[in-house]
Amino acid sequence: MSIEAQNITKKFGQFAALDQVSLKIPTGELVALLGPSGSGKTTLLRIIAGLEFADSGTVLFDGEDTTHRTARDRRVGFVFQHYALFRHMTVFENIAFGLKVRPRGVRPSKEQIQAKVYELLKLIQLKNLANRYPSQLSGGQRQRVALARALAVEPSVLLLDEPFGSLDAKVRLELRRWLRQLHDEVHITSVFVTHDQDEALEVADRIAVMNEGRIEQVGTPDEVYHRPLTPFVYNFLGNVNLFHGRIDEETPAIHDAATGELVYVRPHLLEIHRQSNGASNFRATIKHINSAGPLVKIEALTEWGAPVHVELSQEKFRELQLAKDEAVFIIPKELKVFHKKAV
Amino acid sequence: MATTISIRPANLPATRRVATAATGESAAVRWILIGLAVSFLALFIFLPLAIVFSQAFAKGIGVYWASLHTPDALAAIRLTLLAAGIAVPLNVVFGVAAAWAIGKFEFVGKSVLITLIDLPFSVSPVVSGLIYVLLFGLQGVLGPWLARHDLQIIFAVPGIVLATIFVTFPFVARELIPLIQAQGQEEEEAALALGASGWQTFFRVSLPNIKWGLLYGVILCNARAMGEFGAVSVVSGHIRGRTNTMPLHVEILYNEYQFAAAFAVASLLALLALATLVVKTIVEWRARRQLAESARWNDGNGEPA
Repeated sequence: MSIEAQNITKKFGQFAALDQVSLKIPTGELVALLGPSGSGKTTLLRIIAGLEFADSGTVLFDGEDTTHRTARDRRVGFVFQHYALFRHMTVFENIAFGLKVRPRGVRPSKEQIQAKVYELLKLIQLKNLANRYPSQLSGGQRQRVALARALAVEPSVLLLDEPFGSLDAKVRLELRRWLRQLHDEVHITSVFVTHDQDEALEVADRIAVMNEGRIEQVGTPDEVYHRPLTPFVYNFLGNVNLFHGRIDEETPAIHDAATGELVYVRPHLLEIHRQSNGASNFRATIKHINSAGPLVKIEALTEWGAPVHVELSQEKFRELQLAKDEAVFIIPKELKVFHKKAV
Repeated sequence: MATTISIRPANLPATRRVATAATGESAAVRWILIGLAVSFLALFIFLPLAIVFSQAFAKGIGVYWASLHTPDALAAIRLTLLAAGIAVPLNVVFGVAAAWAIGKFEFVGKSVLITLIDLPFSVSPVVSGLIYVLLFGLQGVLGPWLARHDLQIIFAVPGIVLATIFVTFPFVARELIPLIQAQGQEEEEAALALGASGWQTFFRVSLPNIKWGLLYGVILCNARAMGEFGAVSVVSGHIRGRTNTMPLHVEILYNEYQFAAAFAVASLLALLALATLVVKTIVEWRARRQLAESARWNDGNGEPA
C-alpha cells in the first residue's frame, strides 16, 4: 500500500513540530525518516499511524483519504521504541493479541491463531520462548516480539519508531540487518524513524532527511549522501569540516576565513602531504592522532587557526609516519560548496 | 543470528538499605532504637488490641455470641455491610475514572481535581457529616424540597451511605494515580493500533496492569468504609436497629455500660482490621512490585533521543 502525506502541519502549543510536510512512499518501499531529535520525524510517523492527528493536511493510503481514521481503522503495524509489549502477557499472548481482539465474525479460530503465532515466532527465531514474559527477555528479543506482534494482524503498512534506539550497539547492528532481510522477504511498505545516519543509509531504500519540522531532502541513500541538496543534509550524513572559501575561476578553493562561500569537506576526502602541490593546498599543524579503529583520525589546526579533522587509512598513516605538532600540507580531494544565501 | 539470551530476574527485591561502616550505628544505639519502637508498639497498639479481645470474652463465649445475635447488633452489621457494599464499588468506578483522567490526559483544572480528591483526607470527618446535614437536613439547602417529596436522607440509610462515600473518596484514586502515571500510554496505543476497541484495551491491557494497585485501594477503602465513625455519627441520628452502623453500635453499648457486648462488636471490627492488614501486606507487596516493574520498564530501556 502506498502512503502519501500532503502538507501536514502539527503544532504542540507554540512549537511547530511539522510545517507543511509532504512525502510520498510507494508500495513496498522501506523508507527512513532521518533527523535529529525535535525534527518532527516521530510526529510524522505517528500522524501516518493515526496515533496523532495533524492540524492541517491529509494522509492518503493508496490514494484514499484516511486523515480522520483512527489507528484502529488504518490497519497499520506500529513498533514502538520502548517495545510497548503487554507486560502481563506471555510472548505468545502478545503476538496473538491483535487476532484475539477481532470481532467474532472475522476472528480466526484458536488453531489458526496458534498456527499464525508459531509461524511468526519462527520468523523472529524465538520459538522456544513463547511462554516467557517480556520482562524475561533481552532488549533485542523484546523488539523482535514487538515486530512479530505488529505483523500478526497482517498490516498494510509497517511503521517503526526508533526501532533500535534503545538497544546496545552490537544487537542494533544485527537487528537492522535482520530487518532489511525481513523486508526483502515480506515486502510490506515500511517507514522507520531514526536519528542514526548509518542505520538509515544501511537499511532504507529511500531516506527523507528532516530538520526543524521540514523535509530537507528525499532520495536514495546514495543520492542523499553524495548529492546533498542542503548544508544540513551534508552535515547530518557524516562528519564534515566547514571552511569559508572563495571561488577562483569556477573552482572552489579553501582560503582564509575572510570571504563568502561555505565550503564543506568530509574528513576522509582530505589528504595530508609533506610537500606543497602549489595552489589548492593549505598548511596545518597536527594536534592529535587517534589510530585505534579502521581509520586513523587526525585533528589539526589550519594556518588561520581553525580546527580540521582528517581521516587516513592505516597504510597511508604508516607511510607518512606523522607525529604530533608536525607541520603538513592538506589537499582537499573533493569540496562541496553551498552559497551563503541558500543557507 | 546469534541468540543472546540475557534473563533479567522478574522480581528483584527493592533496594534494601544496608548499613555500611560509615552509616552504621553502634550495637547499643541500635538496640535502644529497636527497643523504643517495639515497646511503643506494644503499649499503644498491641495492648489495646489484646484488651479488646479479652474484654469481649470476659463473660464467656456465650455472652459474646449472644451479644452479636441481638437484633440491633445484626442490624448494625447489615447496615455497615450495606454502606461499604455501595461505597466501595462506587469509589472503584470513580477512582479508576479519575486516576485515568489525571494519569493519561492533560486538561485545564487537573490540579483542582487532584486537590478535590484529597479534600476528604484533609477535612475532619465531623465536618464532612455536617456538610450533608447542611445540604440535605430539614433546615438545609435542599431540605424543604426533599421533605415535600417525602425523601429522607439525613437520619436515614441514604445519608449514611453518602457520608461513607465521601470519606472513602480518595483511597482508590490516590492509589492508582502514581501507578497509571508511571505506566504511560504506549501499551494502550499498541493495543489500539492492533485493532482493539476502547473497552477491549481497558479490560485486557489497562486493567491487568493496575490490578494490584486497584485491589490495594479497594482494601483500604473498605476498611475505612466499615470503620468510619465521625461523619456517619453526624448524619445517622443513632436510631437503634435502623441507622446504627457497627462503630456507632459499639459506642451506644459502651455508654450503656454493656462492656462485654460493646467489646464483642468491637472485636469484629478489630478482626476486620487484622484481616485487612494481612491482605494489605500481601497486596501492597504485589502492587509495589508492579510499580517498580513499570518504572524499570520505562526507564531501563533508555530515554528516547
